Amino acid sequence: MATTIAPGAPAEVTASRPLGRRPGRRKRRLQSNLTGYAFLLGAVVCFAVFSWYPMVRGIVMSFQRTRRGETTWVGWDNYERIVNDPSFWTAWKNTFYFTALALVLGYAVPFFVAILLNEFRHAKGYLRILVYLPVMLPPASALFLFKYYAYDPSDAGLFNAVLKFFHLPTSEWMQSTTMTMPAMVIASTWMNMGAAVLIYLAALQNIPGELYEAAEMDGAGIWRRIWNVTIPQTKLILSLMAMLQIVATMQLFIEPLILANGAGTQDSATSVAYLIYQHGFFQNDLNGAAALGVIMLVVLAGFSFVYVRLTSRRDET
Amino acid sequence: MTRTLVSHAQMRRGRGRYLYWTLLTAVVIVFTLVFIGPLYWMVTGALKSGQEIAQTPPTLWPEDPRLTNYTDAWNQLDLAKLLFNTFYYAAGALVFQLVLDTSAAYALSKLRPAFGNAILGLMLATLMIPAMVLIIPQYVTVIDLPILHVNLLDSPLALWLPAVANAFNIFLLKRFFDSIPEEIMSAAIMDGATPLRTLWSIILPMSRPILGVVSIFAVTAVWKDFLWPKLVMPSPETRTVSVGIYAFSGGTPMNVVVAAAVIAAIPTIVFFLIFQKSIMSGLTAGSLKG
Repeated sequence: MATTIAPGAPAEVTASRPLGRRPGRRKRRLQSNLTGYAFLLGAVVCFAVFSWYPMVRGIVMSFQRTRRGETTWVGWDNYERIVNDPSFWTAWKNTFYFTALALVLGYAVPFFVAILLNEFRHAKGYLRILVYLPVMLPPASALFLFKYYAYDPSDAGLFNAVLKFFHLPTSEWMQSTTMTMPAMVIASTWMNMGAAVLIYLAALQNIPGELYEAAEMDGAGIWRRIWNVTIPQTKLILSLMAMLQIVATMQLFIEPLILANGAGTQDSATSVAYLIYQHGFFQNDLNGAAALGVIMLVVLAGFSFVYVRLTSRRDET
Repeated sequence: MTRTLVSHAQMRRGRGRYLYWTLLTAVVIVFTLVFIGPLYWMVTGALKSGQEIAQTPPTLWPEDPRLTNYTDAWNQLDLAKLLFNTFYYAAGALVFQLVLDTSAAYALSKLRPAFGNAILGLMLATLMIPAMVLIIPQYVTVIDLPILHVNLLDSPLALWLPAVANAFNIFLLKRFFDSIPEEIMSAAIMDGATPLRTLWSIILPMSRPILGVVSIFAVTAVWKDFLWPKLVMPSPETRTVSVGIYAFSGGTPMNVVVAAAVIAAIPTIVFFLIFQKSIMSGLTAGSLKG
């Protein structure tokens, strides 16, 4: 295969060139810069139009109001309106609740599944394919399955049938205000955990075997080995994945949209992202939606800042 | 094979061996039930009649399996059209990303024009911005492009061009190109090859694995995406399959909706089973050894 690459450090291409002052060196430099920009152009234009500009535009929009084609500056009006939306605090409460629940279920489960899979010498490929299969499903397909077949509130639903089989109390799932969030977390974890499992598996395979051996010599049992070897050795990826997962789950959208038809029973499913969508595309209030987007950005950026601060400080001690 | 949490020797002897096989069997059964079970339920459920699906307790295998839900889904939702749209968008997104992201990563890695690192930094910074935050201003941009004042609604470009602004792809490609020795580049330049020629005849053939990974990500991203295509492809003729099913779900019997969901999922499942090796290695290679 063409992938076998000599490991030596690549030398700077300019260093191997004679460095004498030659006429036209400047021109050559300019030309090579221009060639470089030509190759960059397409991607840079796409980034500029669809990422960098919208970022600025979003902040600008949140202080403007467009009515009948006329745009005026309105100061903090949009923010005021969005904060006074009766669903505003509920949406934040629901989103935080979902994030917290997803952290309990969706964060620990893939890690332990990865530890378990890493121990097996057989059926490895099969188990990996199984875990990753739901990740490949279009989320809309998977969620309709959950909505109609799994979370059917009567005893005909898959989950209730299983619960009944084990003589456990059944649930009304999406129709009960208390079960809405756990039901969405279950669906979301089922759909997404495969990616995390595979990433953890790769991290586990990089742990040197001697560490386990040494720990065992010292008389450490399985749990102690997990606690003292596995977790410290995968700390970096664990903390990175926690942050990525929190940022992803805070953007909860398609689960409430499909499973709960948006808001759910008594607003029990409304998320911040759904509120953005609702304001932007149903209440004809793109400016208010942009303001909520900026609030979300500030909250997530603040969270990431604090998180990185905390985790890096712990590393120093 | 390196040693893991439990030593091989311990697993091979007496009680350890017994425990290992019990645990393995249990995990295989539980995982099959958890991950294939719902899919089985979905496929067979859509074979049942509306009456049978509402029956308690539910039947494990349809009493009278019928394909009517699948044929109804195919005809009523015009799934052929929806699937074709999605294929078309995925193929276009793949071409745009391969051409533009590869050449950008090549420029950043090998041609290194002035301010290249600043540009890369600005690109990577977009990874920090949650998608939901940008959705409104992106939509406003697409319905009235700056300078050109063109409306891209219902045009595939509204899916293809934003897909190019994918910092993760550029990062993966650039890192791979960085690992190709400079000597190869300078040798090519010495032989008088233009930068384009070097990219095409030397760099790209060496980069097949990473190009495969990027292609797979590009295709699955389009297939799985929901909100963005829902917003920018609003008319029934241009919808993607997920959006189309969602749009029809309100007034369609639930068995038909699920049958449509099954059909929409088949291409990704087949795609996964064909490319599972590259998908899984790409996932871990891409996200870890940064």
